Amino acid sequence: MERIPILRMGNYLLVTIQVDMHDKLALTLQDDLTNRIAEVGAKGVLIDISSLEIVDSFIGRTLANIASMARVLDAETVVVGMQPAVAITLVELGMSLPRIHTAINVGLGMEYLQHTIGDLRGSNGYDGDSRED
Amino acid sequence: MSKLVDAIQKNQDSILQQWLKGIRTSIRRRDLIDDKELQIQGAEMLALIVGAPADASLEDLNGTGWQPLKDFLANISASRAIQGFTPSETASFVLSLKAPLFSLIRQQSGSDSNELFSLITVANEFVDKLALHTSDSYIHGRDQVIVRQQEEMLELSTPVVTLWDGIVALPLIGTLDSARTQVVMESLLQAIVQTNSRFAIIDITGVPTVDTLVAQHLLKTITAARLMGAECILSGIRPQIAQTIVHLGINLQDVITKAKLADAFKLALERSGRAVVRVAKAGGTSISTQREI
Repeated sequence: MERIPILRMGNYLLVTIQVDMHDKLALTLQDDLTNRIAEVGAKGVLIDISSLEIVDSFIGRTLANIASMARVLDAETVVVGMQPAVAITLVELGMSLPRIHTAINVGLGMEYLQHTIGDLRGSNGYDGDSRED
Repeated sequence: MSKLVDAIQKNQDSILQQWLKGIRTSIRRRDLIDDKELQIQGAEMLALIVGAPADASLEDLNGTGWQPLKDFLANISASRAIQGFTPSETASFVLSLKAPLFSLIRQQSGSDSNELFSLITVANEFVDKLALHTSDSYIHGRDQVIVRQQEEMLELSTPVVTLWDGIVALPLIGTLDSARTQVVMESLLQAIVQTNSRFAIIDITGVPTVDTLVAQHLLKTITAARLMGAECILSGIRPQIAQTIVHLGINLQDVITKAKLADAFKLALERSGRAVVRVAKAGGTSISTQREI
């Protein structure tokens, strides 16, 4: 069965969506990702959707759900590289995804995660107040 | 009515001379078109009338035989619309053909008043229809000019400028309608992707009025930019517009607003970890420069 690979990088998980998302694939991703977060105790999730060109309300809602679920599992989610057409579509569908953090590219998304969570080496490097510096 | 056409053919030159004379005395626009061009156009039109197929009757301008003549008139009208003629001047070009035609008919029919009347009726209607066709084409030409200008304005009015590495600005000028907002939205989002910008400043100093629709469009643009990972700052809201926004009950709580473009730029610099500092020069003059912290 078709799956979207989830890569682990320290205590972050990286997801790059490079195929057209259909509903089943989105649900599989939601399943896999939540399992994986729990399994490795990930603190951050980065979802790269720069290759995603078509989006519908279901995919938009699934993205929002994944972010909410990750938050419940104590992981911060950042969605990066959304295409203009996708952004316009989501806004026209009335889905402004207010609780998802977004970044323009993978670099800035990673920077955000590091800034809010701590560095790649694991939870040892996280002193709890990195928001302050 | 081939009799009339034959008569025109025989007297083509004299009709043309009379016609041009009439145009010259009444409606000539020496500043817009020269004698030679006018003469060429007149001669061509007469040639098209005379050269129409035998089955094309003067009563029925919709027949296929008259298509070349109509195309020719449409071309003339379109070019005159661009040259700056008024509609009446354009129509008069055709209508002034009546005088020489009538005098020709008078010569031809002699004392037979019945024939004179019927010929004049036919010629009158024919020329009127041509003139109406010219007017239609003229208006069509003008419409095209307007459409083209609208498109050009649309292109001109949405420049996205890069203020600094990672900061783009969109100075909006003029009224925002749905079509324009669509272009504005797309060009801003495209620029954000191309320049990898984290901050986008929308400056509405040049927007005369903001109604609910415009505000909604702006909010959509801002939300779309946020979804892509760029932060939007709205600047240049004038006092009247601020009043309107509050009166209309538009919620701009979630949007960062600044009074001036400069303030918005400063905020964007601060958020991206930069600051503007004044550097004193040896000569005593000082300039502002920028430095990464």
